[in-house]
Amino acid sequence: MRDVATLDIWIVLIGLGLGSFALRFVFLGIIGDRPMPPWVLRHLRYTAVAVLPGLVAPMVMWPPATGGTLDAPRLIAAAVTIIAGLVTRNVLAAILSGAAALYIMLYLLG
Amino acid sequence: MTPQTTKSTYWQGVRAGAPFILVLVPFALLFGVVATEAGFTVIETFAYSALVVAGAAQFTAVQLLSEHAPTLIIIATALAVNLRMAMYSASLTPHLGRAPLGKRALVAYLMVDQAYASAILEYERHPEWTVPQKLAFYFGAVTPLFPLWLTFTVVGAMVGNAIPPEFALDFAVPITFLAMIAPMLRTGAHVVAALVSITVSLALAFVPYSMGLLVAGAAGMIAGAQVELWMARRGAVT
Repeated sequence: MRDVATLDIWIVLIGLGLGSFALRFVFLGIIGDRPMPPWVLRHLRYTAVAVLPGLVAPMVMWPPATGGTLDAPRLIAAAVTIIAGLVTRNVLAAILSGAAALYIMLYLLG
Repeated sequence: MTPQTTKSTYWQGVRAGAPFILVLVPFALLFGVVATEAGFTVIETFAYSALVVAGAAQFTAVQLLSEHAPTLIIIATALAVNLRMAMYSASLTPHLGRAPLGKRALVAYLMVDQAYASAILEYERHPEWTVPQKLAFYFGAVTPLFPLWLTFTVVGAMVGNAIPPEFALDFAVPITFLAMIAPMLRTGAHVVAALVSITVSLALAFVPYSMGLLVAGAAGMIAGAQVELWMARRGAVT
């Protein structure tokens, strides 16, 4: 006997699949090439930079893997990633620096 | 600079997307592992990656399914995690809104954080690109990502829990996002938007179902737009 009901898995899959596509398609599909007012565009310029930091901040402060307690290796890895990203302006360099910092700190402190 | 063809922007897209393989592969593996541990079959795990195409929402759904939450609550919560996609969709519309409907649908289906982030960065750097060039870049960026996303979900589902927790794959996700954010902080307005987003998100972390993130995103966008207006006005006066 498994833990999660098969029917639930598929109901959630269908709802989530359709809903996710709708969210992604809503503006591209419906607004299309109609011009958007400048104040909308001005807000949209900051979408990524307003959503992604908010998404990451709780993961850094309260990592699920440590049961939600602040974790020095992960915090340092996050700081190294940001600094490397600001200095190099290169995504891959920032990722590699962050991963290296994480493994070194886990080895030293873990 | 020489004018660019759609072929060259496609390959630029591939090069922009390729670095994310390093983080997407562990992420996909991790999803496969987590889903099978929760009791998913390999086919169910694969179906989630193929139809939802959104790691964070998929993890949310699996977590809540194993907690036996009501299905409607699970769908609503996972969609709230994915609401940022609507903002991405809106943000890509000025660039790709004139593309044919079928291609816009394909862009929507393949929309992931990494593809969006790479694309919007290049579109702002190259306002002279045509719609076909922009589309080519976008599809280039997802070319190395989407097939590997599916493949490594299945690999993860098959190797199950053979990956020890010492590898700290959980932190692949935050590191990727942080690496993507840093190059986006081009002006003071971008920095303020990011700081406001972090502050509001942490302050509202107690709000269930990721609703705090939605408020944080909206607050960050308003802050960025207001700082931009303020800087423009100050520039006009002095």
